[in-house]
Amino acid sequence: MMTFVLTNVTLLVILIATAIAISRMRALYEATMLGALFSLVTASLFVLLDAVDVAFTEAAVGVGISTVLLLGVLALTRSREAVTPRRRHLPALIAVLLAGGALGYASQDLPAFGAADSPVFSHPITGTYLHQSQEDIGIPNTVTAVLASYRGLDTLGELVVVFTAGLAVLSLVGPPARPEETMPRADFHLADYRIIRIISGILMPFILLFALYVLFHGEYGPGGGFQAGVIFAAGFVLYGLVFGLDKAQRVVPRVALRILVSLGPLVFIGLGLATMLLGGQFLDFDVLDPNHPEEGQHLGILLVETAIGFTVAAVMTTVFFSFASRGVSR
Amino acid sequence: MTAQLPALQVAIPLACAPLCVLFRVRFVPWLLFVVAAVGSLVCAALLAGRVASEGTVRYAMGDWRAPAGIEFVVSAFNTPVLLLVSLAATVTAGYARRSVAAEIEPRRRRLLYACLCLTLAGLLGLAVTGDVFNAFVFLEISSLATYTMIAMGQHRRALLAAFRYVVIGTVGAVFVLIGIGLAYAVTGTLNMADLAERLAEGHDNRALQAAVVFVFVGLAVKMAVFPLHAWLPGAYAEAPSVVSTFIAATGTKVAVYVFCRFAFTVFGAALVFGVLRIDRIGLALAALAMLVGSAAACFQQDLRYLLAWSSVAQIGYILAGVSLATASGVSAAYLHLINHAVTKAALFAAAGLLVMQLGSVRLSALAGLGRRMPWTFAAIVVAGLGLVGVPPTAGFVSKWALVTALVERGMWPVLVAMLASSLLALVYVGRIIEVVWFREPPASAELEPTQSPATPASMVAAIWFLVLLTVYFGIDPTFPGGLADAAASALLGSGGE
Repeated sequence: MMTFVLTNVTLLVILIATAIAISRMRALYEATMLGALFSLVTASLFVLLDAVDVAFTEAAVGVGISTVLLLGVLALTRSREAVTPRRRHLPALIAVLLAGGALGYASQDLPAFGAADSPVFSHPITGTYLHQSQEDIGIPNTVTAVLASYRGLDTLGELVVVFTAGLAVLSLVGPPARPEETMPRADFHLADYRIIRIISGILMPFILLFALYVLFHGEYGPGGGFQAGVIFAAGFVLYGLVFGLDKAQRVVPRVALRILVSLGPLVFIGLGLATMLLGGQFLDFDVLDPNHPEEGQHLGILLVETAIGFTVAAVMTTVFFSFASRGVSR
Repeated sequence: MTAQLPALQVAIPLACAPLCVLFRVRFVPWLLFVVAAVGSLVCAALLAGRVASEGTVRYAMGDWRAPAGIEFVVSAFNTPVLLLVSLAATVTAGYARRSVAAEIEPRRRRLLYACLCLTLAGLLGLAVTGDVFNAFVFLEISSLATYTMIAMGQHRRALLAAFRYVVIGTVGAVFVLIGIGLAYAVTGTLNMADLAERLAEGHDNRALQAAVVFVFVGLAVKMAVFPLHAWLPGAYAEAPSVVSTFIAATGTKVAVYVFCRFAFTVFGAALVFGVLRIDRIGLALAALAMLVGSAAACFQQDLRYLLAWSSVAQIGYILAGVSLATASGVSAAYLHLINHAVTKAALFAAAGLLVMQLGSVRLSALAGLGRRMPWTFAAIVVAGLGLVGVPPTAGFVSKWALVTALVERGMWPVLVAMLASSLLALVYVGRIIEVVWFREPPASAELEPTQSPATPASMVAAIWFLVLLTVYFGIDPTFPGGLADAAASALLGSGGE
C-alpha cells in the first residue's frame, strides 16, 4: 500500500510539474516534448488505476501520434509562442481559479478512492458488465465488451469524431500532395544515417505485426481498433519520416487512404443497418448468427474493431501526410 | 420498420457523410445531403405522429436494455427539436446547391456536404439520445463538423472565427464532460432516466452540485448565453451562407433543448432551480443578453454581424422562458425557439443571396438597393419585423407568450429588459430598411447594374418558404403552439419520462 501511495504521489507531482513547465514555456518544440511526457505520466497513472486499455490508448495517441502531428505543425509555423498581452492574464486566472475551485469543492463529496461501497461499484450495471457479459458476449476483456457491444453506439460516435477530424484537416490543409509533387529535401535525409535506416527497416514488420496483434487481441487483452489504428499509423509515419514522403506514399497511395478513411464509418453503420434488416435492433450483433448469439457478438465485435482500426490508421496517416507534404510540396 | 425509426433518424444522415467523401461525381454529395435531410424529416414526422398517439417511444441500441446499453427516447419534449432540425436541413438542402457552387471551391464541396450531414446527424443524435455520455459524443460530432464548416468561409477572417469557436467550444465541451463524469461518480449510471431516479434526493452532495454547474456552464457556451457568446458573431457572420443558415436555425437551439433536458429530466427542477437557484442566474443573464445583444446589433456595419448579434439577444428571450421553470415559461421558450429559428434562417439565407449577388453585405454596400432587388429585401423586412415582434409575424406570438409567462411570475425587471431589447430591435431593423429603401445608391453601383448574376430560383424559393412560414406561424400558431405546450408539459409533468 505504501509503495502504491508513493508511486501515485510521485507521478502526480511529476504531472503537475510538467503542466506548470508547459504553461510557462515559450518555445513550442520543448513544450511539445513535455506534452509527450505529460501523456506518458498520465498513461502510467491509468495503469495504476488498472485501466490498461485507456493507458494503452493514451500512450499510443498522446505520446506517439499527437506528438508527431504537433511537430509536423511546428514545421509549418513559427516555433515560438507569441506573447500574451498582460491584460488577458487576470481574466484567465479568474476562470482557472473558478474551474479549479469547483473541482476542489466537488472532490470533498466524491466517494473515497477504491471504496467498495461507491455508487459506481454498487450500481447493478457494474455487475452486468463484469459477470453477465461473460454469458451475453463471452469475451474475457469486459472493456471491449462494453465498448464494442453494450455501448457500441458511443464507439461508432467516437469513430465518426475521428473521421470528422480527418475531414477537417483535409479541408483546411488540403489533401496530401501527389508523390511527384513532393520533392525530397536535398540537404537533410534521415535515410542517409545508416543506423536509423536499418533499425527502422527492421522495426517496420514488427510494428505492423504488433498492430495486427493488438487489433485482433482486443477481445482477450488490452487493445482494440483505436490502439491498433494508431500503431499502424505510427509505422507509416516512421517510414515517411525516415525514407521520405514520396516513398511512404508509394506504400499507401492517396486513393487508398481516401477510401479507407470513409470505409470504417460505412462498415460500422452498414453493420448496424444489416442487423436491422436481419430483424434486430441497430447494432444488435446477436442476430448475425441467430443460433449462436455469442458467435454473432464475436463476429460483430471483430468487424467493428477492424473498421475502427482501418479508419483510425487512415485518418492519422492522412493527417500526417497532409501536414508533411505541405512542408515540402513545390 | 416503424419500430426502427429512432435509430434511422440518426443513422441515415450519419451514413450519408462517408458516402459524400467517397463519391467524386459533382452532384452526388449534394444529392446525399438531400437524402439525409429528407430522410430525417420523414423519420421525424413519423415519430412525431407516433409520440402524439402512443406517448414516449424508447429504442434500445444493440438490444441492450438501459441502463446497461444506450437508449434513444422520443417524447413530446424532443419531437419539436427533431422536426425543426430536419426541416431546417431540408430547406438548407434546397438552398445549398447554388449557394455552395458560388461560394465554395470545387475541391471542398463534398467535404462541406459531408460536414453538413455530420452536423445534422450530431444534432439529431443530441436531441434523441437518452444517455448523457452518448449526448456528449453527439455534441462532439456536431461541434467538430461545425468548426470545420465555419473555417470554409470565403474570407481569411473565417479561419480566425472558427479557431475562436474551437477554443471556446472545446472548453465548453470539456466542462460538460467533467459534469457528466462527476454525475457518474455520484450515481454509477449514465442513463438519463436512471440518473433522474438516483438524483431525486441527496441534493446537498457537493460533487453533484459541481456536476450541475459544470454541465450548465458548458452548455451555456454552446447556447451562446451572454457572457459566453463571444464565439457566435464571428462564427455566424464568416461561415459560408449555407452553413450560417443551417446553424443559426439549429445549433444553439439544440443546445437549449439539451439544457432543458438536463435541467428538468436529469438533475431535476428541485435541485437545479430549488437548491442551486440557476433560475435567478439564468434570468439575470437572459436580461443582460437581450440588452447587450440588441444594442451591439445596432452598431454593426455588416448585415451578417448584425443578424448574429441579434441572435445573442434572442437566445436571451429563450433562456428567460426556460429559467422561469413554469409550464407557460418553458412553452414560450419552445415556441420562441421554433419561431426564431425559422426567422433567423430566412434572414441568413437572404443575406447569403445578397453575398452571392453583391459580394458583400456591408450596410454601406446595400444603400438604395431596395428598388433593384425588391423581393429579396421584402423578405428581409418581413423576417426582420419578426425579430422585432410585430404582428402578424411569428415573433409576435412567441414574445407575447413570453410576456404572459413573465407577468405571471411578476418578473418585471426582465420584462422591462425585454421591451427595451424589442425597441432596440426596431432600431436595427429600421436601420436596414432606412439604408436599402431610403438612401441613394452609391454611384459605382449605378455603373454596373447588370453585373449581378441571375437570381437562382431554388434559393429564392427557400428564402420565401421560410418567410411565409414565419407569417403563417404568426397568423395560425396552433401547430408550433401545440408542440411547445406538449413539450413543456412533458418536461415539467412526470419528470419528463
